Amino acid sequence: MLSASAIVEEIKEAGIGFVVALPDRTTSEHLLKPILRDQDLKTVQVCKEDEGVSICSGLHCTGQRALLLIQYTGFLDSINAIRGSAVEGRNPVCMMIGLLGKEPGVPPTESKRYGLRIVEPILDAMGIEHHLIETTDDVNKIVPAVERAYQRSLPVALLIGQEPR
Amino acid sequence: MMRRDECLKALAKHRTNEIVVPVYKAAQEWIVFSPHDLNYTFTGAMGQGPPHALGLALGRPDKRIIVLDGDGSLLMNLGCLVTIAHAAPKNFVHGVCQNGSYESNGGVPLPGIDQLSFAAMARAAGWTKVYEFDEQAAWEAAIPMLLRDEGPIFAVLHMDMGEDYPEDFQRLSSVPHRDAFIRALAADRG
Repeated sequence: MLSASAIVEEIKEAGIGFVVALPDRTTSEHLLKPILRDQDLKTVQVCKEDEGVSICSGLHCTGQRALLLIQYTGFLDSINAIRGSAVEGRNPVCMMIGLLGKEPGVPPTESKRYGLRIVEPILDAMGIEHHLIETTDDVNKIVPAVERAYQRSLPVALLIGQEPR
Repeated sequence: MMRRDECLKALAKHRTNEIVVPVYKAAQEWIVFSPHDLNYTFTGAMGQGPPHALGLALGRPDKRIIVLDGDGSLLMNLGCLVTIAHAAPKNFVHGVCQNGSYESNGGVPLPGIDQLSFAAMARAAGWTKVYEFDEQAAWEAAIPMLLRDEGPIFAVLHMDMGEDYPEDFQRLSSVPHRDAFIRALAADRG
């Protein structure tokens, strides 16, 4: 079980005011839709995930904290923007990445799905810190991870391992 | 037909403390014509200038943001026209320097440049304030309006290249310059 409301609470606890999002089947129903209705969070909907990397970077430069909520396919599609804006540009882009189709309890690197198996190795190759959020016990990783991203001025990836409910 | 350097010089004359997000060739020239800590040039990848600017516009609604985009750059990220129109930032001006060439990448012509219309694309994406300029006098006359009226505003500038200016890509992708921007923006609270 992964509690969607607990994730939202942690997002707010981390001082995030903007959620930049493109729908992901893993997180749309119980995470993004409530966030769209949440008066405390401003949502920016993007047409392609790499736009979101840049929007989060621009928001950071104004002193605002943001979360990029996307699917792992969008992460894979955004590698160059993440390389340029987040890593080389030293912007603390905080990515919450839904691992659509990951088998419950199976580490992403051992998934039967090729696209999922390569996510963590790519993050490692890019030097991007990442954390797996698979159960409600994991949500307490979110605030420290976001704080650390802002302290280091570098991106972080929070990998959502199952559909939050 | 206008020249890019003359267009940018005219804009620089009117620039006070607006945030300007120029990309590629426009950026190389803009930092010469209008050196300012509120120039934001570290956009990370081709096509990403407008979304960086959108983040700045949403984070600082009290500041006017001017994007000086390229035609090849915008083609790489056309969806941003919809994203920005949907967000509808009132402080946002999106200028596109259209010369039909991937100028920073060898001067190769853009595909479809004789048929496409960025103005039509912007209107179809939901922008209501859309302008096109191909004469210097009309452009110069419109600049005060672009810096004053409620956005989002989209402006296509049909132009030739103009003079050659030195390229300094390290300056455009400089973390110290970007950090100076952050400090200058934080200090600028009207």
